[in-house]
Amino acid sequence: MQILYTSQEQVEVYRFNLPVAVLVPLIALFLQGFIPLRFPFFAMFDLPLLVVIFFAVARRSQVAGLITGALIGLLQDSLTHQPIGIYGIAKTVVGYGASSLGVRIDVENVGARFLGTVFFYLVHEVIYFVVARGMVSLSVQWNWAHEFVAAVANAGVAVVLFAVLDRLKQRA
Amino acid sequence: MENLITRHRNVSILVAVLFAQVLGLAVQVKRSANAEDTRLIRIWAVSAVTPFEKAVIWMQQGTGGMWHNYVYLRGVRAENRELKQEIERMRLEQVRLSEDAEQARRLQLLLGFKEKFISKTLAAQVIGSSGSEQSRSVYIDKGSKDGIEPDQAVLTADGVVGKVLHVYGSTSLVLLINDQSSGVGVILERSRLQGVLRGTPLGGVAVERVMNDESVQPGERVITSGGDQIFPKGLTIGTVSGVKAGADSFLNIIVKPAANLSKLEEVLVVTGVETKLPVPGEMAGRVRAVDVLSQRLPSVPDKPVVDPKKAAATPAVPAKTPVVTPRGTVFEGATPGTLGTPNGAAKPATFNPLPGMKPAGPGVTVPGKTLLAQPEALLPKTPPANANLNVKNSAGAPETTPPSQVPVGDVLKPATAATTTAAPGSVKPAVVQKPAVVPRSSAPAAKPEDKSAKPEPAPVEDKRQ
Repeated sequence: MQILYTSQEQVEVYRFNLPVAVLVPLIALFLQGFIPLRFPFFAMFDLPLLVVIFFAVARRSQVAGLITGALIGLLQDSLTHQPIGIYGIAKTVVGYGASSLGVRIDVENVGARFLGTVFFYLVHEVIYFVVARGMVSLSVQWNWAHEFVAAVANAGVAVVLFAVLDRLKQRA
Repeated sequence: MENLITRHRNVSILVAVLFAQVLGLAVQVKRSANAEDTRLIRIWAVSAVTPFEKAVIWMQQGTGGMWHNYVYLRGVRAENRELKQEIERMRLEQVRLSEDAEQARRLQLLLGFKEKFISKTLAAQVIGSSGSEQSRSVYIDKGSKDGIEPDQAVLTADGVVGKVLHVYGSTSLVLLINDQSSGVGVILERSRLQGVLRGTPLGGVAVERVMNDESVQPGERVITSGGDQIFPKGLTIGTVSGVKAGADSFLNIIVKPAANLSKLEEVLVVTGVETKLPVPGEMAGRVRAVDVLSQRLPSVPDKPVVDPKKAAATPAVPAKTPVVTPRGTVFEGATPGTLGTPNGAAKPATFNPLPGMKPAGPGVTVPGKTLLAQPEALLPKTPPANANLNVKNSAGAPETTPPSQVPVGDVLKPATAATTTAAPGSVKPAVVQKPAVVPRSSAPAAKPEDKSAKPEPAPVEDKRQ
């Protein structure tokens, strides 16, 4: 028996028109690359990840979620000097997981969004660390304190960002 | 099997997508040793994102320029005044340093030492970053169209920033020195220890490969060694901020970068580096102490009026080499071999000692260089006006010699009362009070057969007396 934490009637599926689906990830990538030039601390945020989580949860389609995650992750990889695919793999998994979670629970309220983002941020970082360290042999270091602070900070930004992006989604 | 895939369609797609990416990663890792190519997806991503960044930077600069250049001008006068003073100070400092550089060039020439000079740079605007804490790199608004190539050094006025990693049409990716994958050959300036500068995971910079038993003090400057064939030797990296014993019997030397790597706006890309033997005297004539100082004078004495008849009778001077008298008078037109000869081109300039200026040695002449004059205040008072040159011979005994016969490279001593001879002419002879070394290489050839042409010491009238 499948356990659902919310009824199917409560779960609404949204879609986005093409300009939004293309421009929002691009703007997120642009801001992610531009703002740290003026505010270096902003590098701890991961706007493309937040966009992946938002689209995946709103669409509630696992395939759409993982493809969105893969595309945004690969684009993010392309802007770095590292091998292409590290962010891609991490965001593919997050996209799949977020859309799977979106099917099962109501993620429209602020608390669920906050906790969900904290969880998926940590998942993303763990996958990134494993791939970067295990496959590519990058000398990345894991710092629990930094990761938790970053997860909470990203979740705080996600609450605001998701509220803004809610205006762009259309009921399917 | 097909049924299984159909039943778990979503998971199957996930596995397929992940597998494809892992495969792609594996290929890249395998080819990374010699992979210089730029992947198409990188070009697409950069082409999609950097136009936004360029547009924002352009608007930002336009707005900021309008505000700062036309509206907000508070304190500009004071700043301008301070900058002028700074320029004055730096020009004098430059004169002093050029002396040292010239000496270093001569020594390098003796050693056949080839050095690299930055011959060409290109200013670029930083328009974006990778946006990742794991990839410390920035994008600049110049690319292959502007002549940028991979592995070119990138600097700011403060110090080294990084190197060009990927080049696109109109943008380039610059790998910063605090990235973990970057490596710069460095030297610790005081201890002359060599090491490799690498980025740390937290964005710091550290020097590796320095043995534990070496002594490194915080505050020591770190410069490039030139060994990496990317950064020319001697560029500032930063200063040592901490030293710890590291693993594998190497020190962990933490360096504070001189350039602010977290707030880069404009950078210089070194697009041309020349390798050549140093040429002594090549800087001569560019910056001259007398030029600097003469501009500071309220008035410079006019050129002495020379009677055309006398000038015609005076033998032609083959070359003009500056000569300094210890009182601080610089005769640009005088030649060492004809010290004291009235020369129509001689232009005395008075030395005004400036605070912070390091005077050169007394009466030192450098081949092909104009001299730093000895501040008058540091010298003894003027002896009797009528004095002649006294040349110290090889035995050390003084003998009176006409200046035209003074062998170059000897020491000119002030004349004493016993050795002073009045010049047969009516013109007052030159006053030379402190020893002055006249270089052999720069002196015009005083040929033996020319002795008859200038049998007498030719005096120069010091108008200040």
